[in-house]
Amino acid sequence: MSATHGAAKEAHPSPTPAQVVNDLSIQVATVNGSGSQTANTVLLRTILQMGIPVSGKNLFPSNIAGLPTWFTIRASKQGYVAHRREIDFLVAMNPETAEEDVRNLGPGSAVVYDERLNLKRLRDDVVFYPVPFDQLVTPVCPDARLRKLVRNMIYDGVLAKLLGIEMEEIQTALQKQFRKKLKAAQLNFNAARAGYEFAEKNLEKADRFALQRMDATRGKILVDGNSAAALGAMFAGVTVVAWYPITPSSSLCETLIDYMKRYRLDPETGKATFAIVQAEDELAAIGMVLGAGWAGARAMTSTSGPGISLMGEFVGLGYYAEVPAVIFDIQRVGPSTGLPTRTAQGDILSTAFLSHGDTQHPMLFPCSVEECFSMAIEAFDLAEGLQTPVFVMCDLDLGMNNWMADPFPYPEKPIARGKVLSVEDIKRLGHFERYRDVDGDAIGYRTLPGTPLPAAGYFTRGSGHNEKAKYSERPEDYVNNMDRLARKFETARRRVPGPVIEGNTSAEIGIIAYGTSHWAAEEALDQLKQDHQLSAGYCRLRAFPFNEEVRDFVARHRRVYVVDQNRDAQMYDLLKLEFDVENIKKLRSVRHYDGLPIDARSVTDSIVSQESEN
Amino acid sequence: MSTTTATPPPKKVNRIGLELSDYRGGKTTLCAGCGHNAISERIIEAFYELGVEPHRVAKLSGIGCSSKSPAYFLGTAFSFNAVHGRMPSIATGTMLANRTLVALGVSGDGDTASIGIGQFVHLMRRNLPLIYIIEDNGVYGLTKGQFSATADVGSKLKTGVVNDLPAIDTCALAIQLGATYVGRSFSGDKRQLLALLQGAIAHRGTVMLDVISPCVTFNDHEGSTKSYSYVKDHDEPLSDVSFIPFFQNIEVDYEPGTATEITMHDGSRMVLKKLGTDYDPTKKVEALRVLTEAHDKGEIVTGLFYIDTERENFLDLLNLVDEPLATLPESRVRPTRQVLDEIMEELK
Repeated sequence: MSATHGAAKEAHPSPTPAQVVNDLSIQVATVNGSGSQTANTVLLRTILQMGIPVSGKNLFPSNIAGLPTWFTIRASKQGYVAHRREIDFLVAMNPETAEEDVRNLGPGSAVVYDERLNLKRLRDDVVFYPVPFDQLVTPVCPDARLRKLVRNMIYDGVLAKLLGIEMEEIQTALQKQFRKKLKAAQLNFNAARAGYEFAEKNLEKADRFALQRMDATRGKILVDGNSAAALGAMFAGVTVVAWYPITPSSSLCETLIDYMKRYRLDPETGKATFAIVQAEDELAAIGMVLGAGWAGARAMTSTSGPGISLMGEFVGLGYYAEVPAVIFDIQRVGPSTGLPTRTAQGDILSTAFLSHGDTQHPMLFPCSVEECFSMAIEAFDLAEGLQTPVFVMCDLDLGMNNWMADPFPYPEKPIARGKVLSVEDIKRLGHFERYRDVDGDAIGYRTLPGTPLPAAGYFTRGSGHNEKAKYSERPEDYVNNMDRLARKFETARRRVPGPVIEGNTSAEIGIIAYGTSHWAAEEALDQLKQDHQLSAGYCRLRAFPFNEEVRDFVARHRRVYVVDQNRDAQMYDLLKLEFDVENIKKLRSVRHYDGLPIDARSVTDSIVSQESEN
Repeated sequence: MSTTTATPPPKKVNRIGLELSDYRGGKTTLCAGCGHNAISERIIEAFYELGVEPHRVAKLSGIGCSSKSPAYFLGTAFSFNAVHGRMPSIATGTMLANRTLVALGVSGDGDTASIGIGQFVHLMRRNLPLIYIIEDNGVYGLTKGQFSATADVGSKLKTGVVNDLPAIDTCALAIQLGATYVGRSFSGDKRQLLALLQGAIAHRGTVMLDVISPCVTFNDHEGSTKSYSYVKDHDEPLSDVSFIPFFQNIEVDYEPGTATEITMHDGSRMVLKKLGTDYDPTKKVEALRVLTEAHDKGEIVTGLFYIDTERENFLDLLNLVDEPLATLPESRVRPTRQVLDEIMEELK
C-alpha cells in the first residue's frame, strides 16, 4: 500500500493549471464480459443526477467476452452530447489496451488504473492514479465469484473522490439500477465506498478536472434509442411484430416484448392485443409483416443492414402491391458482416431504392431518443396512410447508447389508419377498385380480408395489375400504375416531416446533417464560429423524400456541406439526384466512417479544410 | 302459346344459401388437362359443401403455376400472390392480424421444396391454422420443365435428363416437424381429395396436403414418376377416407375394427376405412414407417397419414385476443397517458 501511496504522490507533471469544471470526457477501458456495465451506467446516471448534461457511448466488440471495450462518458455544461475524440480521464482496466490507451491521451489528462499495470513509466505529462483494485475488492466482497463484477464499482468511488462526484448520488443511481435487489445495490455501493476511501487517503488530486452540481437536467430521463422506438411502437398501437435477432437492433424488439407484456394484455381476459414472433430469418420477418399489414394490422420489424439486404425482394412487393409496413433499420458498419457493433449511416442509398425494378421508399431519420419515440408513431401513420413500407433509419449510436432526454409527450393525434373501406362505404359507393386514384393523391382505397361483402374482395399480387387489381401485362396498365406510384411518392414528400432549419440562414455556407450526426454538426457550428469565424446555416434532414424546404436551403447558400457517416457520401448522392445542376454544384461532402460515432472536430476540420481551398 | 311460365327448378344452394358458382373464380390460364385445375375444382366443392363464406377465406400463394391457381377459385375471397417460396410468412402475418380467417395456401413443389423449404419447415413447426396444399408435379412449369426437389430418383425429363438426387418427401417432413394434419392425394382421385380437403377445412392447425398433380406439358411422359399413368398405376390408398360435416347427422356403417373415426375441432368426423393392414393415423412413427416403406417399394401411398387434434395451435399459443388484431380500436392498442407517465418516471 505504501508503494502505491508514494507513486501517487510523485505524479506531479506540472503545477495544477486552471480548473476545468463540468467539461470532460471519461473513458473506461475494460475487457468485454468483465461486468463493467453497471459501474459505467451508474457513473453516467450519477452525473445526470448532479444536474450536469451528460452522454455515454459504449464502444464494444463483436464478442461475448475477452475483447477490449471502451465506455466513454462526456459531461458538458454547454450540453454537447456528441462523441468527443479527446479523453481527459482514462480508467485503464484492460491490460491489453492500457499502454496504447495511455499513449493516445493528450497532455494534462489523467489515468486511473489498476496498479499492477504499472503505467506510470509510460509518460510524464499525464497524471497517474494507481489503484490496487484486487486488494480493495476482497474485504468488501467475500464471495469470490462476484468480485470480478463488483471490482469495477471501485473506480466509480475513486472517480467520485477525484472529480467531486457525490457519493449519495451514486447510492441513488445504484438503487435505480438494481431496483428491488437491495443486497446487490449495497454490495456495489460498498465497493464504490472502498474506492472513495482509498482515494481520500492515498491519492492527491493533481489534475484540473472537476464536476460540480448544476441544474440542467431536472426531470430528464435516460434511455436508449431502441427502447424509445419500442415505446413509440407500443403507443402507435402496433399489433404484429416479426423480427430476427441482429446486432444492434435486437434490443428494440426485446424491449418491446417487455413493455407489451406489461401494458398490452387485455385487462379483462389477460389475452394479448399483440403478436410478436421471432421469425426464422429476416425474409420471414418482413413477409409476416407484409401479410399482417395486408390483413390490416399495424405491423413492424426491426433489423440492421444485412437484414435490410435480405428483405429487398419482399420490400419491392410491399411497394408494388402497396402494403403498409414499418421497418426500423438500426444501422451498423460495413458491407457484409462489417463491424457489427460499430455505428454508421451506411444504408441510406440502398434503403431509399431497396429492391429491383423502379422502387423508392420513404425514410425517417431520428436524431434523438425523443424522435425515436415520435417518429415510430409517425412511421405507422405514414405507412398506413401511404400504403407502403416506411423505414425508420436509426443507428447503433442512437439505438444502443443511453441518451438524456425530456420525458416523451403523450401522442395527442389519434391513430390514423389510412384509406380503408367498410362494408357500408362499399355499399354506398356501389363499387371498389383497389388501385384507382380517386382523390388525386395517388393513394387508392383498400379493404381488409374478412370484410363480409363479395365486392370487397380483391387479388393482391406482385405481378402486373390494373386499377381493379386484375392481372395485366398491358403496357398502358403498367405505365399508369408506375406513374401513379411515382405521384404517390410526391404525396409522401408533402407528408413526411420537413427539415429543421437553424443557424445563420444568410451565411455563405450551409451544413446539412441527419440522424446522430446532428449532435456533432450542432457543436461544429459553434466551433466554426468561435474558432474560425465561420458562420453557417444548418439544415437537419428528418425524412426522405426531401421537401421544398431542403431545396430552398441549398439555394440560399453558396456552399453546402453534407455530413454523412459513411464512405460513399450517400446522403450527398441522394440530394444530388433530386437537385438541378446549380444546386448540385454547391454540395460538398463531409464523411466519417471509422465505426466510432462522429465527433464535432471531424466536421469542423473537414469544413475548414475545404473552405481554405475555395 | 301458353300464358303460364314454368317455374324454374329451385337453384341448388348450400347451407348458407350460396350456389356452387359463388365459389368459382376466374377462367384458368393453366394448360388444358393440368392437374391443378382438378384441384381447384375440388377446392370449390369442398368450400361449397361445407358452407364457408368466401369472404372469410384468405387465399395465399407464392410463385409458379400452382401459385397462379387461387385466381381460379373463390373469386370473391381475398387473395395474396406473394413472392417465390415465401407464402408461409405472408400466411403467418395474415393469420396473426386476423385469426377469424380461414387461410388457404397454395404452393408448388418448387415453391415449397426448394426456394421455400426454410419457410415451409418453420411454418410446420408453428402449427399455424392454415391449409397448405402442394400442387406437386415434380417440375418447374413456368420456367419450362426443370426438375424440382420432389422429383424421384430415376425420373426422366422429356429431354432425357434423369434425376439423380433423392426426392424430398414433404409429408414425412411435415409430420416430423409438427404439422397436425398431413396427407397425400392425387389430383385424379376426386373422392379422396375432396374428403381430405373437407377435413382440412374443419381442422384448426397446420394442414399439409401434398397433391400429386401431373404437368401435362413437361412431366406426363413415359419415364416420369409424376405422370397420370404412373400415379394411377402406383397409387396405394392407405385407407378409404370420408368426411361427415358437423351439420349432417349421418351414421356410417362399418364393422367394428374396420375403420377409425376422428372427431374434428368443429364436431365434423373423418372416417378412415381400413383397406389393408391396420393403421393408426395418430402415431407419427407409424406414418413415417408407412411412407418410408412405400418409398422403398416404389409405391405412392395416399390418404390421411397423420392427425393430431389436441396440439395447441400457434394463435392460441400466442394467447391472442379472440377478435382480429387488425381492427382493435385505439382504446385497446394505445396505452393511456398514465402508462406513459409511469414509464417516464421509471426512466428518470
